[in-house]
Amino acid sequence: MTAPKEKAQVLDQAGLDRALTRIAHEIVEQAGGADLALVGIKNRGETLAERIAEKIAGIESKRPAVGALDITLYRDDLGSRAEQPRVRSTEIPFSLKGITVVLVDDVLFTGRTIRAAMDALMDLGRPRVIRLAVLVDRGHRELPIRPDYVGKNLPTSRKESVAVMLREHDGQDRVVIQEPEEGEPQPAGGAAAAGEATNKTSGAAAAGEATDKAPRRANTKDARVPGTPTSRKED
Amino acid sequence: MAWKRKDLVSMQDTEAAEIIEVLDTAESMKEIATREIKKVPTLRGKTIVNLFYEASTRTRTSFEIAGKWLSADVINFSGSGSSAEKGESFLDTAKNIEAMSPNVVVVRHKAPGGPALLARHLKCSVINAGDGAHEHPTQALLDLLTIRQKKGHLEGLNVTIVGDITHSRVARSDIHAMRKMGMTVTVAGPPTLIPAGCQDMGVKVSHRLEEAIAHADVIMMLRLQHERMTGGFIPSLREYSRVWGLTLDRLTHCRPDVLIMHPGPVNRGVELSPEVADSQYSVILDQVTNGVAVRMAVLYLLADRRAA
Repeated sequence: MTAPKEKAQVLDQAGLDRALTRIAHEIVEQAGGADLALVGIKNRGETLAERIAEKIAGIESKRPAVGALDITLYRDDLGSRAEQPRVRSTEIPFSLKGITVVLVDDVLFTGRTIRAAMDALMDLGRPRVIRLAVLVDRGHRELPIRPDYVGKNLPTSRKESVAVMLREHDGQDRVVIQEPEEGEPQPAGGAAAAGEATNKTSGAAAAGEATDKAPRRANTKDARVPGTPTSRKED
Repeated sequence: MAWKRKDLVSMQDTEAAEIIEVLDTAESMKEIATREIKKVPTLRGKTIVNLFYEASTRTRTSFEIAGKWLSADVINFSGSGSSAEKGESFLDTAKNIEAMSPNVVVVRHKAPGGPALLARHLKCSVINAGDGAHEHPTQALLDLLTIRQKKGHLEGLNVTIVGDITHSRVARSDIHAMRKMGMTVTVAGPPTLIPAGCQDMGVKVSHRLEEAIAHADVIMMLRLQHERMTGGFIPSLREYSRVWGLTLDRLTHCRPDVLIMHPGPVNRGVELSPEVADSQYSVILDQVTNGVAVRMAVLYLLADRRAA
C-alpha cells in the first residue's frame, strides 16, 4: 500500500465554510418553517450536520435538532470482508415522526451509504420527508440516489480519492483530491487502484462507498470523467 | 479491528484488545434495545443454533433475543428430548447440525472443553455458553461491560468474588478477563470451595468475608452449585449463609460506591439477603440487560468468520 498523493485542493477553509453557509440557506428556504432535523452520517457527516445546524440557528431563531447515524449494521457488504467493520453508536434523541430530516454526509459516491442510511432512518420512525445534503458529490453513482443540497460538484476518476478534512477530526478544514502514489497515470481499472488504504476493489459493483466510512477516500475504475460538473438539484 | 478468530471458547485464550472490541461493539448495540422496533437487518439470512445440554434460562434467552434483534434465524436445540437420549454422541449431533449449514453454534455442555472440541471440528463459529466448571466467556464480558458503565473504567478496580469458586465457570472466566483488563481480583469463600492453586491465576485468596469486601469496588456473589457438588463441601446451608451471606449489615463496612453483582440465578437468603439483592448497590438486572448487548456484539463479530 502506498500513501495517496495529494493531487489538487478543491476547497480551502473559506470555501468549505461558504459551501456550508449556502447549504444552510437552501435548507431553510426549502423547509419553509416545517419541523426540521439534521442527521449526520458518522463520522464526518455528524460534524458537518452540527456546523450546518449552527448556521441555521444564525438564520432562523431556532436551531434544528441534530442526530448521528452509524450505518454499519445496514451495510450491503457485510461478510464480504476479512473483518467486520466497527459498529459505532447511533444517537438520535428525538422522534422522527412527521418531520423533515436532512441526511448529511461528507462525500457522495456510489450512493450505497445513503441507501443504508435511509433504511436505518426508516427503522427509527417515519419522517415526512428525507432530503440529502453532501459537501462533495464526486459522481459514479451505483444506485438511483441524488442529493438535494451539494457543497461542491467534483468530477473525479474512480481511481482517485476525495479526502474531506475537518478541524474536529483532522486539525484543518479542506477538501483535496488524492491519487495513488506509484506510477501514475494508472491504466484505467488497473489492479493498482485496489491497493489503496481502503479495501475497496475497483470495479466490483458490490464495493460501494459503504465500505469506507472512516478515512474518507475511494478509488475508481474509469479514466477521469471529463468536464462538466454533474448537475445538482434538477430533475 | 481486533477480533479475528472464528470462535469464542474461553476468556483465557482471548486477548485484552479483543475484549475491548467486544465491549465497544456492545456499547453501540445497546441503542437498539431502546428502539420501538428492535430489529436491524445485519444478520439476515444467518442461522444460529442454540445447542444446550444443560439447563439455562438467562443465557439461552439472551442469545435468542440477541440473534433475533440482529435478524438472524435462531433455532433452539436442547439436550433432553433430543437424539442425545437415543445414544448419539455429542460430536455426531454437532456434525449433523453443521450439515444443515448454521453460521454459529452456541453450545452449553457439562463437560469442560466440549465447546473447544466443537470449535476444532466444525467449520462454523462456536460460542461457549458454559462448559461445566470451566468457562462462561459471555458472562465475563457482560460483567465487564456492566462494571465499565458504572465505574467509567476497568483498570485498577478491586473485585471480590465470593462463594463457590471451585464449581464456578463464571468465576474462572471473570478472573481471566479481569486480570487481562488490569483489575485486582480477590476470591473469598470457605477453604473447601476455593480450588487449590488458584493463586496461580493471579488472584488473592481470603477466608474472611469482611476482610475480603472492605476495599472492593465490585463484589460478585456466587451461588452454591449443588448440582456439581459430589460431597460435603459445607456443613449446612444455614451455616454457610450465616458466615458467607451478604447482608445490609455487612455492607456498611464496604465502600459507599460498591457494586453488587451476581450472575444468577440468585438464591435469596443464602448468598444474598433480599434487601441487598434489591438495594441501590445491586446491578444484577443491569447485568442481564447488558447480556443481550454483549451477545449481539459477539454474534456480529463472529457470524461471518470461517475456519482458515
